[in-house]
Amino acid sequence: MSETHHDCCAHHGYHHELVIEGVSVSYRRVLALGNISLSTSCGNRVALIGPNGAGKSTLLKAIAGLVPRDSGTIRWRGTAVKKWSREFAYLPQREEVDWSFPITVRGLVEMGRYPQTGWWRKFTTADGLAVDKALESLALLDLQGRQIRELSGGQQQRAFLARALAQEAHVLLLDEPFTGLDRNASQLLGDLLAKLAQEGRLVIASHHDLNTVPKLFDEALVLSTRALAFGPVAEILTPELIERTFHEPAGSR
Amino acid sequence: MDLELIHNPFYQRALATAGFIGFANGFFSGFVVLRRNALSVSALSHTMLPGIALGIFLTGALSQWNAFFGAMFAALLVGLGSVAVARGNRVEQGTALAVLYTAAFAAGIALLPKLDTRQELEHWLFGDIIAVGNTDIWIAFGIGAFTLLITNLLMRPILLTLFESNVAAAQGVPVRFIQYLIFALLVLALVSSLQAVGCVLSVGLLVTPAATVSLLTDRTSALFWGGGLIGGVGSVVAVLLSGTLGIAPGPAIVIVLGLLFIAAYLFSPKYGLLTPRRR
Repeated sequence: MSETHHDCCAHHGYHHELVIEGVSVSYRRVLALGNISLSTSCGNRVALIGPNGAGKSTLLKAIAGLVPRDSGTIRWRGTAVKKWSREFAYLPQREEVDWSFPITVRGLVEMGRYPQTGWWRKFTTADGLAVDKALESLALLDLQGRQIRELSGGQQQRAFLARALAQEAHVLLLDEPFTGLDRNASQLLGDLLAKLAQEGRLVIASHHDLNTVPKLFDEALVLSTRALAFGPVAEILTPELIERTFHEPAGSR
Repeated sequence: MDLELIHNPFYQRALATAGFIGFANGFFSGFVVLRRNALSVSALSHTMLPGIALGIFLTGALSQWNAFFGAMFAALLVGLGSVAVARGNRVEQGTALAVLYTAAFAAGIALLPKLDTRQELEHWLFGDIIAVGNTDIWIAFGIGAFTLLITNLLMRPILLTLFESNVAAAQGVPVRFIQYLIFALLVLALVSSLQAVGCVLSVGLLVTPAATVSLLTDRTSALFWGGGLIGGVGSVVAVLLSGTLGIAPGPAIVIVLGLLFIAAYLFSPKYGLLTPRRR
């Protein structure tokens, strides 16, 4: 495991690859994802787009190891990911989180150190420094003593990003990160994701606002249970494809 | 206060049991409050009555051990049954639990007239801490110590799971194992308080202490240790008061804890109803 992987793209131009091949997921015999394949590398921001129920969240969960795959392989930096990888961090949709849980912003970010500390090991200075660094790079140092319910939507999103950074995650899997944010908060989060990708992370996010895709993402996967198209945003978002994906007659799926 | 009473060995045993069960269950109440499942605790505790009745029905006698295993069997059956039914995605777990526990409770009530130990069954409903025998004390101490040990050892994965199980699972926490473990420990904690406060009032011991603390502080760890403190001290005080006031100790424990909760609700420095708002 490389200690300096965060700097890989910015500094020595490695492109660590994530290769997804033929991944299928079903919930109780209902196919949620069929035969998804894509290949991308760190330094990119990948949008998962498609209508409701297209499997965007399921694909994120399948990569994070939260739902079992019926078939297919996921390879990260040349190694098959069996269930979960400590280099992957999953960020849930904001409404799925219990924000009244009694924990401070710092406490939330400290939870990111779990893969390093395991069940029992005490927090070391290195753990504390990693938490400090994560809080600093997401501009949360001043808010670290706050209860998480006292944060704005954008700050809550940043707190979970800081948790992922404290984990030293290389691949960030975000479920609808821009939902419910006002324009300023969206702008700030967009800039942060760009910075995180530039530092060498791979950002994969489900996203429903087609208008903002070109500004916020480098590549896009258009999904409707199956993959309809994958590639650089500029090539993918053709009017015909959007029409086909989002305006299918009811009952055809 | 009646000082004679303090020297009575039954009374001393009752005080020690109240303090210990109060502490162990008060500590555990932190998980119940964080997990927001006070209602399922209530459902599970009601399930223990038919379990005890079944134990008596099958063995023909009421003893500590068959009540203990009957209660545990019924709680596990109904609790895990509700999880299994909810797995089908058709019926939500709270619904499944309500269906199963009321059915079990009704079966217990139907079984009662067929038993000739009805009088003693009352005591399992509301507890009788003055009558605790040595077996009860050891059961309670053993279970309490085990629960405290396990939860303290696994505090980190437990808190990650309770906060956000998906994020925890993506970090490699064995979420399903932890969820079943918390459930199993909850059943154990309920069973351990049977003798002291009975299966109905045990809900109070497993919810109220941490609920009170949650009104006073935002610190997660305070929920557990503060809950234990309130549960332990509150129970001892309640047993002392019950002697003086001439009320049954089981209800007294739950009443004292309830009063503490109301006091915190009204006068908490940060969240009290009667506290002047600063913002």
